Amino acid sequence: MSTVRGVLLTAVSSSRGRLGVLVLAGLVVAAVVAPLFLPDPLAQPDILAGANRPPSAAHWFGTDQLSRDVLARVATGARISLSIALVAVALSITLGAVVGLVAGYWGGWVDVALMRLVDGALAIPRLFVLLLVVAAWESMPLAAFIVVLGTTGWFGTSRLVRGEVLRIKQEPYVHAAEALGANRLRIVFRHLLPNVSGPLLVAATLGVGNVILLEAGLSYLGVGVRPPTPTWGGMILDAQETLFVAPWGSIFPGLAIVVTVLAVNLIGDALRAASDPRLA
Amino acid sequence: MRRWIAGRTAQAAVTIAVAAVLMFVLMRVTPGDPLARLMGDRPMSAEEVAALRALYGLDQPIPQQFTRFVSGLARGELGVSIEYRIPVTTLIRQRLPASFLLGGTVLVLNFTLGIWLGALQAVRLGGRLDRWLSTLSLAAFAMPSFWLGLILAWLVGIRWHILPALGMIDPLLPPDAGVVVRSLDILRHLVLPALTLSIVSIAATMRYQRTAMIEALREPYIRTARAKGLPERHVIWRHAWRTALFPVITLFGLWLPIVVTGSVFVEHVFNWPGLGSLTAKAISGRDYPVIMGASLLAAALVVGGGWLTDMAYAWLDPRVRHAA
Amino acid sequence: MTPLLRVRDLRISFPTDAGTSTPVDGVTFTLARGETLALVGESGCGKTLTSLALLRLVPSPGRIEPGSSLRFGDQDILAMDPRALRSMRGKHLAMVFQDPMTSLNPVFTAGAQIVETIQAHESVTPKAARDRALALLREVGIPDPANRIDQYPHEMSGGMRQRVMIAMALATEPEVLIADEPTTALDVTVQAQILEILDRLQASHGLAILLITHDLGIVAGHADRVAVMYAGRIVEEAETGALFSKPTHPYTQGLLNSVPRLTGPRRPLVPIPGAVPDPAHWPPGCRFHPRCPKAMPRCRVDDPPRLEAGHGHHAACWLVEEAPA
Repeated sequence: MSTVRGVLLTAVSSSRGRLGVLVLAGLVVAAVVAPLFLPDPLAQPDILAGANRPPSAAHWFGTDQLSRDVLARVATGARISLSIALVAVALSITLGAVVGLVAGYWGGWVDVALMRLVDGALAIPRLFVLLLVVAAWESMPLAAFIVVLGTTGWFGTSRLVRGEVLRIKQEPYVHAAEALGANRLRIVFRHLLPNVSGPLLVAATLGVGNVILLEAGLSYLGVGVRPPTPTWGGMILDAQETLFVAPWGSIFPGLAIVVTVLAVNLIGDALRAASDPRLA
Repeated sequence: MRRWIAGRTAQAAVTIAVAAVLMFVLMRVTPGDPLARLMGDRPMSAEEVAALRALYGLDQPIPQQFTRFVSGLARGELGVSIEYRIPVTTLIRQRLPASFLLGGTVLVLNFTLGIWLGALQAVRLGGRLDRWLSTLSLAAFAMPSFWLGLILAWLVGIRWHILPALGMIDPLLPPDAGVVVRSLDILRHLVLPALTLSIVSIAATMRYQRTAMIEALREPYIRTARAKGLPERHVIWRHAWRTALFPVITLFGLWLPIVVTGSVFVEHVFNWPGLGSLTAKAISGRDYPVIMGASLLAAALVVGGGWLTDMAYAWLDPRVRHAA
Repeated sequence: MTPLLRVRDLRISFPTDAGTSTPVDGVTFTLARGETLALVGESGCGKTLTSLALLRLVPSPGRIEPGSSLRFGDQDILAMDPRALRSMRGKHLAMVFQDPMTSLNPVFTAGAQIVETIQAHESVTPKAARDRALALLREVGIPDPANRIDQYPHEMSGGMRQRVMIAMALATEPEVLIADEPTTALDVTVQAQILEILDRLQASHGLAILLITHDLGIVAGHADRVAVMYAGRIVEEAETGALFSKPTHPYTQGLLNSVPRLTGPRRPLVPIPGAVPDPAHWPPGCRFHPRCPKAMPRCRVDDPPRLEAGHGHHAACWLVEEAPA
């Protein structure tokens, strides 16, 4: 079961996976469509009287301390957090796959050097690496933030791909094909992709959940996505001062994170079970 | 055997060295003036600026800077905090006990409750307990620790007024309060941050152990144990669990950094005076030397934890012992 | 004399995506005190499952179908409560598995695993148990048992591990030993030694052995009686000599023909054409008929029962009726 299509189909066939896909699809639709119907997330219509209003018919998630509609902000935040996570993970997976392929295929000192680098990088907890950059970079543009997120998440993937390349390299059919004159790199590549796409997909899915949590955490600490762009972590930070008066400002963005990451993890779990059914 | 230990140790040393180099590169490569970073936005006199320049070797070419950095590390120097104007190592030493207390408590909870529940899930695979716990741990996994902490602090600490929500000690305790009173006070403050961190981490531990136990129960020697007529509890807890506990050693090694550097988010939310909250404050205060110091410590602990794990395996698993 | 072990109509089924599969479908045989019965068949014919059923160790989701009868002495194995079952396992009915490397726990010493067996069934002091373990190791021919007793499985050779397994199985003097392919995972030279140990122990302990194997050579040298299994059933059962000199069922004949011989005139090896059918879809009539060179029209429709082909010699084949008495 190592083709992408096969794995996807199997994932959706489990009830957990289905739930995850459903929730995620709902979120994506809400993120895209809802802002069209909801008030402007940046608008502050009535700070004096409209701030910190509890959930009501007019404002399903209430308003925050600047009278902004919380639901609108959560929906817009969904767009932002999801896109950031997707782009960052795409970057991580690509980097990891390339490095893994190079290290595994070339072997020798290139492999040793790359893997030592990966070992060293993996030793520093990802949060600290991010802090070392974002805390220092005064006015970090969003693009740079995404790139930094992406370039800190490829190490594990590279090990995975490298392992697979090494395994394929010593398979008899590679030697046989080579003896018949085929290009070794092309053989490895052709057999690599189907074998590695399953685990890569699992890693990517779980990576998305990870990045969402990381981005939320950094935004909560004030060094992630900068205001006034609404991001879930940033909203929780903003709402902290009115936590006791208007807890909905903190509850709902957090719930959004939980639901999204849960959905993504359910999908990742279903994918993993699809490639190793014993662990279901 | 000795050669194997030496080999592993050398590997660990190389890894730390690479990590340190990476951090140095990161510091220089990030856009912005490293001096401004190290100075913060405090207005300084010309002498202070010059002294800082000399201390960090910023007026020297890069290779020299690197050498100063490495030799400083070797001496155990991690620079001086911008905010507090004292060596980072002193700060770390001050905050360590609080992080130890919090991290240690959560560690104990994880390696008793977490391990046991995970193993139980595997024994009753597919049953109600297993499904419930799996769902709960998936949900816990998805929670941002700082959000969970905030909600708990608000609900339990403020709304229901059961436990204190902030800090480690009650600032209003009379100065002549005895050891017991003080300890109880700390314990009361410990509950919420420990609970927050435990919920999020036990989920991972349970899943890990569940998988390990499922694998262990599938081994052929479990069938042999049953065929011998051993009581079922022996089969599960003496044979299967013994095997399933080995991967837990790895988990232990991964916990070491957390116990020391603390959780940045949880400590920050609860104002728990450990290394984690120190790091969090350093972020907003742009106290780069502190962040650097904490990162170096964390990396050293990650590598150290891995090394300890290898040594533990060698000592406990007869197969590894003989292969070494 | 009541046979020690009586299996009648044993049926084991597994649910699969393609419906219910019945890899063991009506197995009947008996085992008497002190004799060795060999259960022979190709891999996948259900031999191992049959042996596991005797200890009620059939892995889920497999289940023993109602209507099966398993009796040990005068006890109904399928009706035993957990306590009686646990008492029977290891103490009266012991089993030796195919691959000793994975069947022994790698983190316990050989001695510990033997002692554990003893202490599970008898209340003896640890020292007494250890002494017995030492004696057992000596009996199965392990050199230097005083040192070996504290060694781990991976420190031993394959043959030595299998001896430990046998010692462990015999620790509580069982009446029946089930040996599931005890030599398949071992070198040929070591195989003979292990089999010799089994013979010796049988003579000295009065063991009944159910020997499961696919190797006819082992059968010829070490079994009193043979039961040939095919497609989930016993197709022929006889004393060893009779089976080899007068094989009745075409499958048995096919098996014997496909084994090369060192003596006698050179003959071509004749493999049995076709493949073992899918347990989820047994063919109608006689299960062997698609591959049988002597298949008659009747065989396609009627499933032959166990017919008597001689004294103590049974075969499930219509040819028995056709043959002159």
